Amino acid sequence: MQLRPILSTLRHHRLTAMLLTLQVALTCAIVCNVAFMIASRIAGVSMPTGIAESELSTIQSTGTDPHQNARALRDTDLAALRAIPGVESVVAVSYALPLNRNDTFGPVCPNQQVFEQAMRASSLFKGGDCPLSSFYDGTPGLLGTLGLQLVAGRDFLPGEYTAKDDPPVAVVSRALADKLYPGQEALGKVMVMGGNAVRVVGVVATLARPNPHGMGDGYASVITSQLPGSTSEIYVLRSAPGDRERILKAAEVALFKVDPTRVIDPDQVQTYSQIRDAYFQRDTTMIGLLIASALGLLFVTALGIAGLANFWVQQRTRSIGIRRAIGATRGDILHYFQTENFLIVTAGIVLGVLLAVLLNLLLMTHYELPRLPLWYLPVGALVLWALGQLSVLSPALRAAQVPPVVATRSV
Amino acid sequence: MDDMLGYYLDLALRSLKRTPILTGLMVLAIGLGIGASMTMLTVLHVMTDDPMPGRSAQLYTPHLDPLPLKSNSAAFGHDASDHLTWPDAMALLKAHRAQRQAVMAAGYLLVRPAAADLRSFYVNGRYTTADFFTMFGVPFEHGSSWSAADDAASAHVVVLADSLARKLFGSTDAVGKMVRMGENDLRVIGVTTNWQPSPLFYADSRTKRYSDRDLFFLPLSTAVDLNLGTDGNVDSWGKMPNGDMRSATTTWLQFWVQLDTPTQAAAYKQFLIDYSAQQKLLGRFQRPATNAKLYSLMGWLVHENLVPGDVRLQMWLALGFLLVCMVNVMALLLAKFLRRSGEISVRRALGARRRDIFVQFGIESVVIGVAGGVLGVLIAELGLWSVRHRPDDYAHIARMDASMLLATLALAVFASMMASLLPAWRACRVAPALQLKTL
Repeated sequence: MQLRPILSTLRHHRLTAMLLTLQVALTCAIVCNVAFMIASRIAGVSMPTGIAESELSTIQSTGTDPHQNARALRDTDLAALRAIPGVESVVAVSYALPLNRNDTFGPVCPNQQVFEQAMRASSLFKGGDCPLSSFYDGTPGLLGTLGLQLVAGRDFLPGEYTAKDDPPVAVVSRALADKLYPGQEALGKVMVMGGNAVRVVGVVATLARPNPHGMGDGYASVITSQLPGSTSEIYVLRSAPGDRERILKAAEVALFKVDPTRVIDPDQVQTYSQIRDAYFQRDTTMIGLLIASALGLLFVTALGIAGLANFWVQQRTRSIGIRRAIGATRGDILHYFQTENFLIVTAGIVLGVLLAVLLNLLLMTHYELPRLPLWYLPVGALVLWALGQLSVLSPALRAAQVPPVVATRSV
Repeated sequence: MDDMLGYYLDLALRSLKRTPILTGLMVLAIGLGIGASMTMLTVLHVMTDDPMPGRSAQLYTPHLDPLPLKSNSAAFGHDASDHLTWPDAMALLKAHRAQRQAVMAAGYLLVRPAAADLRSFYVNGRYTTADFFTMFGVPFEHGSSWSAADDAASAHVVVLADSLARKLFGSTDAVGKMVRMGENDLRVIGVTTNWQPSPLFYADSRTKRYSDRDLFFLPLSTAVDLNLGTDGNVDSWGKMPNGDMRSATTTWLQFWVQLDTPTQAAAYKQFLIDYSAQQKLLGRFQRPATNAKLYSLMGWLVHENLVPGDVRLQMWLALGFLLVCMVNVMALLLAKFLRRSGEISVRRALGARRRDIFVQFGIESVVIGVAGGVLGVLIAELGLWSVRHRPDDYAHIARMDASMLLATLALAVFASMMASLLPAWRACRVAPALQLKTL
């Protein structure tokens, strides 16, 4: 295949070819960055929480009678909920669950000395040696109901639970244990949180925070042995995934039967999947939009390539006929248009890769996006080459069908 | 000239009809680019719209800085000095330096309906002072708001929004009825009509400002007296206030003033600086008195940065898409125009000036622009329809108004004309003689 005739034709259509090159370049730059954004959002949306998400449902209840005995009522509630067929276990928590945004967090120091140092330097809330961590609480059986995986130590003993706000023991996430006591055994260590000394009795593999994208590490979590104390709490029910909708309806009825004066916000009666979807809702919207725009861009570029190639084939019908008449095969004509497209798209990709990196730098300064991994660039190039060849195929085949006799016809 | 325009229009339609596929591609490209851009621009437009047309220019919110010098602002996750402390808010209110002024805070109360068939429920509302209603122009369906005397007396009165009044009392007039909120009986003195500024500019950052609305209003003094608590951000430093909302080291209140002229606004700003200087002398404030600010309503919305980064990113993405579509149309137009070099040179030889050729092709691109714009409006309506079905709090307001509709068409015509500039310029430079020879 000789490049010279192609290059000379392209030189003739310099401006048009340049515009097509520019379009391919812009598409390459935008699509590479958009693909990267899609990948990072998908990674974010699929973050693990460490709990048995598909088996959990939650219902929030608020007592309205100030003279009620909240603890006695809670025990009655728990018994009523446990009696619902299909419910495997149930616990009450104050308000915090992974990804439900009800976050109470504070600095947790590895020991008294570090705590006092941080107090003196008034650097407690700056993270550092005392990582900011979220606090979870719950009634006995929390670890089992949530499906948390204990990797060291044990769950709380019955005597360790307390209604006061000075819990003696805690279970921490492995992420927090590794941060507090790097290279050491966390079990038995005494942490300082909020001025209280709390002993670590267990470590769970993973436990995401209620708002993992807030300040600090998204997995720095502490479960204390403090019992929920207010009149408002969230009941967490574990069941088979398919039973959850039915169980939530039954739970609402059961709770109103125990205390008709309570308030249950219909929006707070939800399966855990709904909590997760709500947390990532903006990201899923964004993923959809990003995919749509990437596809739209590729579509328009393919249309542009095909449209122009089609037009050029019409325009050059006579010269194609002449070439065929003097001995060019159909394959030659086909290859001619394919090569022409390859040259234009390649020029576009070279420019596009540069633009992609520039665009990424721009996005990094304005939207706190990470650096574009370089392997996106060759993948993007391959996609555009394939797209170009696919779009040019039909016009090129049509060109190859032009019979040599066209050459003999006058204009 | 009119005749010529008609003639060019005729030429344009003929030319476009001759190459239906190419024309279709160009209209589709403009339509997709415009549709995507206008969807996002409309979302941005409704999100940054003026919540109080006609009043916003006179509304301001003062900002003081009572935080200690060594303050750990990271602990709050937002600027604690965005709100006022009780002593400062009361001082500004009593100073009465503006036409109207009101203090407010978010409330969240349990309503216990008297009707037996209704369960108790929680509602969002606002604790505020008398001027709130006149300053913001809240319309009343029945009754009226409370007076400054009610504020002073911590009167047990409440103003309900129409929807809450209807839920509690049906179609009967709620004014004069009693409603039990929290542990207290309050007398309904007024019912507002459907009133929901969008965004809810006076609410703090905990609010979903595009979807939440206040369903009740009651005097702030009453709320503090009855210890009703607030649902907004509460930031404390120094000694723990233990729930005492009158603490001088707890910010939780919003303050709005009405100032009719720029001179009054400048005077009020000076008053804020003087007040801060005086507080600094008294030892209450530690930071420079010039930290005191006066935000206009629209300035405050900019400061609060209500538009999520994602929405801005979507808009840039849509504009990038439009750019690619325009380059696409440009390439197609260029190929199309240059193919008619023969026709051009004949017209040039017959006396057409370059300008005539330019106008002729310009009109062809305007026709494409109008068709693309119509398609763009349809695509944008489809895009906005899908935005409205998302659960985001701003989703429900994503609608195109008449001005955005016109802007869409204008942008489409503008985009296609921009795209045709280079091709038309190139086409009108076709030399008459050279092309005639080849014919």
